[in-house]
Amino acid sequence: MTDLIARSPAFGLTPVAYGATTLTEGPWQQLTALMPFAGQTARICTALQDAYGLNFPAPGRLTRAGHTTCVWTGRGQAFLVGSEPVQDLARYAAVTDQSDAWVTLDLTGEQAAEVLARLVPLDLSPRAFGADHAARTLLGHAAIQLHRLENGFRIRGFRSMARTIVHETADAMAAVAARAALD
Amino acid sequence: MRLTCPLCGARDRREFTYQGDAIMLTRPSNDDPTAFSDWLHLRDNPAGRTRDLWYHEAGCCAWLVVERDTVTHAVHSVALVEGEDAD
Ligand SMILES: [Zn+2]
Repeated sequence: MTDLIARSPAFGLTPVAYGATTLTEGPWQQLTALMPFAGQTARICTALQDAYGLNFPAPGRLTRAGHTTCVWTGRGQAFLVGSEPVQDLARYAAVTDQSDAWVTLDLTGEQAAEVLARLVPLDLSPRAFGADHAARTLLGHAAIQLHRLENGFRIRGFRSMARTIVHETADAMAAVAARAALD
Repeated sequence: MRLTCPLCGARDRREFTYQGDAIMLTRPSNDDPTAFSDWLHLRDNPAGRTRDLWYHEAGCCAWLVVERDTVTHAVHSVALVEGEDAD
């Protein structure tokens, strides 16, 4: 019998550190895509409130309660992160397990926003992109989901793009650290 | 160039894919083959206002109708083709 070795999506790629900025693989969490059926968003909110104490997020936002997060990921779609989906959700939404399809990368440190400014076409200043904001956007050419952490940003990309995302982010980290060293 | 997506807000052009004239949303009956063929194949190329379909591929994945001016580059409106809810 072949002995298979389980590898995380960013296995062997992280951590990466330049100056005060660090890129690490985020914790493995259960990810479930929720796509409410037409007109069922109010019912999915009730079901999410009953099970986790949070609402289905508005576009561009996330909701949090305890260790569970619900992150908006597109028109009529959000990811339930960190908890098992309760049975009731499938009555009002298409429910799909996504846990192994994504790579989660945490970019932390004081200059995390400056690193992303070289890769992401969004205003990531705290006044434009706060703790409850969630975006789907680009990192270089790769499609990502993005939200804030206490000391940086959480990037979620397609697992198949893990090497590209780490490579491009590491290049930007090196450039920002090099510039800081000149000052 | 920026487009203000009704769901995502003002976003850079590179997040969007251009499809073409929004006339594609109003498909005629195919009783009249000439009219149907014209709808399918013939397009104006105006200097001025256009109404086009754009796809917010690297954002919310909504189809959008964008009214803009090819002479002044002004964007007059951006609207969702369908509702905020998917189905
Ligand atoms: Zn959008």
